[in-house]
Amino acid sequence: MKILVAVKRVIDYNVQVRVKEDGTGVVTDNVKMSTNPPDDNAVEEAVKIKESGKAKEIVAITIGEEKAQETVRKALAVGADRGIHVKVDRAVEPLAVSKILQKIVDKEKPDLVFMGKQAIDDDCNQTGQMLAALLGWPQATFASKINVKESSLEVTREVDEGLETIEVNIPAIVTCDLRLNEPRYASLPNIMKAKKKPLEQINASDLGVDTKARIEQIKVEEPPKRKAGIKVANVSELVQKLKNEAKVI
Amino acid sequence: MSVLLIAEHNNKELRPFTYNAVSAACKIDEDLHILVLGNKSEGVAKSASEIPNVKKVIHVDNEIYENFIAENYTAAIMKHADTYSHLVCSANTFGKNLMPRIAALLDTSQVSDVIKVISADTFLRPIYAGNAFATVKSNDKKKCVTIRPTSFEPAPATGGSAEIVKSEPGEAFKNSKFVKREEIKSDRPELGTARIVISGGRGMQNSDNFKLISAIADKLNAAIGASRAAVDAGYITNDHQVGQTGKVVVPDLYIAVGISGAIQHLAGMKESKIIVAINKDGEAPIFSIADYGLEADLFEALPQFLEELNKLNTIQK
Repeated sequence: MKILVAVKRVIDYNVQVRVKEDGTGVVTDNVKMSTNPPDDNAVEEAVKIKESGKAKEIVAITIGEEKAQETVRKALAVGADRGIHVKVDRAVEPLAVSKILQKIVDKEKPDLVFMGKQAIDDDCNQTGQMLAALLGWPQATFASKINVKESSLEVTREVDEGLETIEVNIPAIVTCDLRLNEPRYASLPNIMKAKKKPLEQINASDLGVDTKARIEQIKVEEPPKRKAGIKVANVSELVQKLKNEAKVI
Repeated sequence: MSVLLIAEHNNKELRPFTYNAVSAACKIDEDLHILVLGNKSEGVAKSASEIPNVKKVIHVDNEIYENFIAENYTAAIMKHADTYSHLVCSANTFGKNLMPRIAALLDTSQVSDVIKVISADTFLRPIYAGNAFATVKSNDKKKCVTIRPTSFEPAPATGGSAEIVKSEPGEAFKNSKFVKREEIKSDRPELGTARIVISGGRGMQNSDNFKLISAIADKLNAAIGASRAAVDAGYITNDHQVGQTGKVVVPDLYIAVGISGAIQHLAGMKESKIIVAINKDGEAPIFSIADYGLEADLFEALPQFLEELNKLNTIQK
């Protein structure tokens, strides 16, 4: 079995994002970037499946500018076998991303495609489902547990009401929740080895996919700020404030 | 222009967020139709027809819709999509799972998690865990939109009498199968719609200590929430998680206990009307957004809090 894992380079989850003064976006210069957190879970799960002997090859793919490669190198350092970097020089919407991934799936013919359920930059939560639709494959979204069977996957999904289990036939798309596993850290020797693993570069324009934006970003602004509150001295003052000042209890 | 709203339900009744989605959909266009896909779901179609402002209900009843499998839903929705300018549903796990599958087949770039309808093609949506708001304009002919339910008031449930039109099911998808659902039953209000939410974080230390939270929740008729740290640590089940990748809540009162206030958690609760933070670390970021902060050991503060509540003559329910 072959698993394709898609990873995205985003502003690190610990960074307090700042909006640009001209309203065109958020500040990315000199800001720490890393792999989208649930994409790390996707890589980890693929590696675990390979370690269990149920997969032969893991291919990590990213789509983005030159530096997006770092995310693939990180995936290679924790166990992916080779990488693909599809180069684009501007932000691409999930629809275009899924069309690019579809082209790669046509070429690579993986049995499974894993990715995070949502990227923490645009918070869209679309790409996996879109790719599944374009390929006509089943989708197991928000996965917190995956059981690989002979020709199917049993996947536990995190839904609003609790947990749901579905069975999807392979080939399938899985989008991963943060609770799926605990991503490992790359060891220094493995980081060195990863530098020698093959990483293919493809220009998005060569794939014949239209990556033009369909959604116009008119402006990006700071959300309304909450006005600073007060500290109360003790519980009894807190309850009095809630009762008589805020009138919420 | 006309809008097709995909109803979320449990085959017996509409799920509450469908009413919020109706309010948002009405702001896009007044010609609003609701599509109910379910199994033995006549009651749902009837409830949908009673929502004022709904012009028509399309009801497709078949066993393949029993468990709301997105692949089956999509085939049915595609049969009707041609007639509409907008397809809308809630941005909860139901809509997040479903809508992109439809959007891709319609070759339209979806607008996710809308918090304000500015016009029929322009929307406001949070990005970066709500640390920025983006105004976006969709240039696609057909628009697929998911709306953040807590940003819109629920539409009234009765007063309307739309016609219900029966329609044929779409093709069944063979490669996905529902196995089981583990719903956590609770007598408490639903987290997404509760007037008061009390949440615990890593500071709770173990699942047993959540009893301190539930005692207060009982007293206030509140829903119980949790930070991702508390869920990851196994103190409480995932359906309680509030945050960027969990639920977004906008209660009148949000009480954060033993929660430091990571960006990811704030994304799910910072629009709450009144925020209370109880934390022994006076520097915790949660205090910067709290209306009332109490720097205290939660194991002392929570029993005192319950005691003080017990002293009150009346408590709003």
